[in-house]
Amino acid sequence: MSRVLTLKINGEEMTGRERETILEVAQEHNIPIPRLCQLDGLSTVGACRLCLVEVAGAPKLLPACTTYVTEGMEINTNSERLQNYRRMIIEMLFTEGNHICSVCVSNGHCELQSLAMKIGIDHIHLPYLYPKRGVDASHERFAFDANRCVLCTRCVRVCDEIEGAHTWDVSGRGIESRVITDLNQPWGEAESCTSCGKCVQACPTGALFIKGSAVGEMTKRSEFLSLIAQRREDNRR
Amino acid sequence: MKKTLATIWLDGCSGCHMSFLDIDERLLALAEKAALVYSPLVDLKDFPDHVDITLVEGAVSSEDDLKKIRHIRQHTGTLISLGDCAVTGNVPSLRNAVGAESVLRRAYLEPDLIHPQLPSDGVPGLLPVVRPVHSVVKVDVYLPGCPPSADTIFNALTALLDGESAHELRTRFGA
Repeated sequence: MSRVLTLKINGEEMTGRERETILEVAQEHNIPIPRLCQLDGLSTVGACRLCLVEVAGAPKLLPACTTYVTEGMEINTNSERLQNYRRMIIEMLFTEGNHICSVCVSNGHCELQSLAMKIGIDHIHLPYLYPKRGVDASHERFAFDANRCVLCTRCVRVCDEIEGAHTWDVSGRGIESRVITDLNQPWGEAESCTSCGKCVQACPTGALFIKGSAVGEMTKRSEFLSLIAQRREDNRR
Repeated sequence: MKKTLATIWLDGCSGCHMSFLDIDERLLALAEKAALVYSPLVDLKDFPDHVDITLVEGAVSSEDDLKKIRHIRQHTGTLISLGDCAVTGNVPSLRNAVGAESVLRRAYLEPDLIHPQLPSDGVPGLLPVVRPVHSVVKVDVYLPGCPPSADTIFNALTALLDGESAHELRTRFGA
């Protein structure tokens, strides 16, 4: 059994266990911390930076999803500075893609959309970039709309870690980054793809969807991922 | 003295105006507080010298939109971006990734028409990029949604007409 640690989140004393992340402890105590790339059941990469928190004594902000709690840690999850940064990150995600919520399959079930609403974003201050991105509808059952991709890499991790196929990966650098299937082939020609659809269920936006979905019809469920991960862990023991 | 209210329809589908009409019988309560002086729903050709509150539906897509919104901004107290087209560019902005010219070509030159020609007579030119209203003029209040619900519009207008701020509205992009 792991050691019990005492720490403070937003001034409140609480306990967590060794090898638990700040995000996990916060979740257990119903303290909301926004996140896009983290998904229960998958490894954490700290990529989206939405879960950044302030830790007393740390010279920089730390992602709650990849930082383990320590004894006596003092954490602030919701300062004005953090709220500003989160707002900025969400706004940049909206400007760097082409997110047209009203005609999206995931309208009403999108994590980016609901995060924007929760944070109170009613317009985007930054100029939109309107990148030219494509749609890959070559797969028999699923489609990928790169315009709606936020590069959270959940699809990459779920395909590699849970399905074991590693069809998805990231190509390019910086603003040129995008997710690809196999060696940048059309998804329908990607031989490693088992068509299991876990990537679709893990995707937080309407970037990955089941073909034939109309506006707002694409609901997703990912609860089963942590169950699979847990059962595999149990079997290994 | 009653406050004055105006609405304007730029590049949008008029769904926001439909939602405005969906306020239904509460329009009478609004009419107690404000007079609708200029709107697609009102038969008046020129925008008045001063309007207290103007609701803008639609994105800024053409030279005409640009001229109108600049004029309206100068003659409006509180300017409200009504709906996703005004707030984000929404569906009209889908063309931004390919450009205005290719959209015109696709519609007027590429199909098998008897007289393929680009419309130029009596219609305003398209701007190269469709833009949200706040990237062209200062906007005071944002009501996102496609369309924003009648309740959202009613609550915002009531708050503003009563001299309160119209914040804390539960509406979102694509609502």
